[in-house]
Amino acid sequence: MLSSKVINDSHGQDSSYFLGWQEYEKNPFHETFNPSGIVQMGLAENQLSFDLIESWLEEHPEVLGLKKNEESLFRNLALFQDYHGLPAFKDALAKFMGKIRGNKVKFDTNKMVLTAGSTSANETLMFCLANPGDAFLIPAPYYPGFDRDLKWRTGVEIIPIQCKSSNGFKITKDALENAYERAHKLNLNVKGVLITNPSNPLGTSTTREELDLLLTFTSTKKIHMVSDEIYSGTVFDCPEFTSLLEVAKDKNMDLDEKIHVVYSLSKDLGLPGFRVGLIYSNNEKVVSAATKMSSFGLISSQTQHLLANLLSDEIFTTNYLEENRKRLKERRDRLVSGLKEAGIGCLKSNAGLFCWVDLRHLLKYNNFEAEHSLWTKIVCEVGLNISPGSSCHCDEPGWFRVCFANMSDQTMEVAMDRVKGFVEDTNRCKQKRTMWDTRRRSLINKWVSKLSAVNCESER
Amino acid sequence: MKQLSTKVTSNGHGQDSSYFLGWEEYEKNPYDEIKNPNGIIQMGLAENQLCFDLIESWLAKNPDAASLKRNGQSIFRELALFQDYHGMPEFKKAMAEFMEEIRGNRVTFDPKKIVLAAGSTSANETLMFCLAEPGDAFLLPTPYYPGFDRDLKWRTGAEIVPIHCSSSNGFQITESALQQAYQQAQKLDLKVKGVLVTNPSNPLGTALTRRELNLLVDFITSKNIHLISDEIYSGTMFGFEQFISVMDVLKDKKLENTEVSKRVHVVYSLSKDLGLPGFRVGAIYSNDEMVVSAATKMSSFGLVSSQTQYLLSALLSDKKFTSQYLEENQKRLKSRQKRLVSGLESAGITCLRSNAGLFCWVDMRHLLDTNTFEAELDLWKKIVYNVKLNISPGSSCHCTEPGWFRVCFANMSEDTLDLALKRLKTFVESTDCGRMISRSSHERLKSLRKKTVSNWVFRVSWTDRVPDER
Repeated sequence: MLSSKVINDSHGQDSSYFLGWQEYEKNPFHETFNPSGIVQMGLAENQLSFDLIESWLEEHPEVLGLKKNEESLFRNLALFQDYHGLPAFKDALAKFMGKIRGNKVKFDTNKMVLTAGSTSANETLMFCLANPGDAFLIPAPYYPGFDRDLKWRTGVEIIPIQCKSSNGFKITKDALENAYERAHKLNLNVKGVLITNPSNPLGTSTTREELDLLLTFTSTKKIHMVSDEIYSGTVFDCPEFTSLLEVAKDKNMDLDEKIHVVYSLSKDLGLPGFRVGLIYSNNEKVVSAATKMSSFGLISSQTQHLLANLLSDEIFTTNYLEENRKRLKERRDRLVSGLKEAGIGCLKSNAGLFCWVDLRHLLKYNNFEAEHSLWTKIVCEVGLNISPGSSCHCDEPGWFRVCFANMSDQTMEVAMDRVKGFVEDTNRCKQKRTMWDTRRRSLINKWVSKLSAVNCESER
Repeated sequence: MKQLSTKVTSNGHGQDSSYFLGWEEYEKNPYDEIKNPNGIIQMGLAENQLCFDLIESWLAKNPDAASLKRNGQSIFRELALFQDYHGMPEFKKAMAEFMEEIRGNRVTFDPKKIVLAAGSTSANETLMFCLAEPGDAFLLPTPYYPGFDRDLKWRTGAEIVPIHCSSSNGFQITESALQQAYQQAQKLDLKVKGVLVTNPSNPLGTALTRRELNLLVDFITSKNIHLISDEIYSGTMFGFEQFISVMDVLKDKKLENTEVSKRVHVVYSLSKDLGLPGFRVGAIYSNDEMVVSAATKMSSFGLVSSQTQYLLSALLSDKKFTSQYLEENQKRLKSRQKRLVSGLESAGITCLRSNAGLFCWVDMRHLLDTNTFEAELDLWKKIVYNVKLNISPGSSCHCTEPGWFRVCFANMSEDTLDLALKRLKTFVESTDCGRMISRSSHERLKSLRKKTVSNWVFRVSWTDRVPDER
């Protein structure tokens, strides 16, 4: 009676990423009402700079009130459903995106397609670039939501480009070629490569070398290159953010019709509820088709109007980007030092709302069952919802994504205390176990020697 | 190897139809009372512009809703972060109650069975993804909303097989038409997954009768398929009859909480009743848990902005506002429809008698050179380019009889409507046919009007044999 999309589990939401979320929902931490609840560290939200937006809103009450120079704009907005988007909003977005890239790249609004969030943008791009059964190569570890967003209704397959901790999870030529060959062995037509830059879950921006490598690879194979730059405004440390478009320009590929960028205001501005995303493409056919497809997920005109005004304010955007970066860096530093105190290291990050944390030394065994046990312990006993690397398709057990920008300073301290406590307990247990092990070993040794002594002698 | 998907390279978006082309012509030369008085008047857009003042005055009296405040306190952060695909509970409750109110509180809607979507465009596509595989078919009564060709088929791979309705019985759905469509699908080797109706109908402007609804429910029961009732125009019913929803029929047939009820799904939106297409608010209502669950996850691809959910939950929770709005909206739509109908009459043009919607289904068969779709297209071009009215030709709505046009009446001022009617009258009088007609039109129409009341009574108690006109 129902489609296979409903009956199969292809929505990808049985992964631990979503399950941890569910556990949190049952027992959420609250400083006052539920201080022993689970602290949410699995949600990549940016809650650090709302005050900046709130004060802008207070200074510009007309905007929310749908008025301009005392005249009501309500009717025009209520009727505005043009899938080409509000021109003022696209202009403002183009400027904002340019600013994030140090104005090294200029954005043309004719190449922009607005969508209800990057979730919608990514799915729409797949519908445009691939047929059911085609494949896209994606560097792993990657955002768990891609399994649903890119594959579920489109029928597209994902082949991971396995990245390793041995080189900081950077994309290599070998890894790209291996993934490409694997796709061919599975009889899948590779249509392109999709990266998230800066990376989720790594928290690192893709290097110039990697971007160059990617563009060389995709242009040789004559396939598409998609860069989801949703975290571009969260780069808070060096190296500076390098957009795919910048490297494309340097390679004289800036008009290449197989290069596409995705963006959203959910992370940089912390507005996931407002559903603002976009596709940026040099390919006229893609822009044309994606524009029509955006009918299935247009941005509310009420929201387009608000954000057109907010982002047109250059003083605001300059100040916001700078302050946002500062606060993210501070928060990241706090997490890193807190983890360090507990003897835990992370991948050195320069962006994002999370760290890629190395808990391999806390695994009982070097396998994913052990990672799952550790994760379950951390969620249920320690009370921290973090995301296990396996849910991000990491092929090395023991890595976890830990978010830092979706809570208050106090909650962060609570989380750090719990981590420290947990590691101390684990060490104590280890110590005990080691003591026991040592005692057991010496007992065994005595027993073995007793046995072998029996062989030589009848009795002691 | 092809670079782009077949969805891009083929014309599956369906947007080469005249419905969209007329829109493009209008965009190039839009009428403006002052700036472009000779421009094309848009009568092809089913928008409701008649009651904005009511919403505007509510907004002025309730500034917190748009200002993202609750009891004077900013809730900006809470809304900025709210992306739960289950939707805002207060909003779903308000939607459920609003939908109940439109149906005279005869049926109840459980907010937990509502899935929010970014407009009914998104809702309909999502339902297709949930109910049909690529290559499966849904039966739709013709004429139907041109957008369905894109919304239901493009990315889903589903097919539409038309249920042919004819003017001989006022385009009502008949048992034989249903069976024929079903058999046609089988001939084409298509698995029929369900029937989709728009009630009230776009483009007919008529609400489905109880007889038709009973017929539909019986049909899907016997064939073990789904029924989707897109009730996007439910709040635009202005006739003296009550709107009958498919939910009413399920209740009356005591089919609530049965297996059949799980196969009946309702789609709704605030784009027409409240005139808010820009805010992208749609909903799926289903009794099937699995559909609700899957559609909820799929709504991630088109969530309603939390900013908008908050505003509208405040608006729709105000029962004083909603009851006043619904009543006034109906009144104004009725008066506007009357104005269009009488204006057309004086040009010797009749329409299908309507009791809902934002448009009339207009009979221009007598103005065709020949009884063909080529002639219809010629006439349409004349009307768009020479008469400068963008109206929608029946062929774009898959009507099987040439000469019918959908003409919208609620998306312009009264003056603009009068001007449009004047232009049309002038055009008709300039044609040979028009000259003949207008002479006898008054007499003909006077007797027609006398007939309509008795016809209407007849229609309400419909049997298999009905008169030609309504």
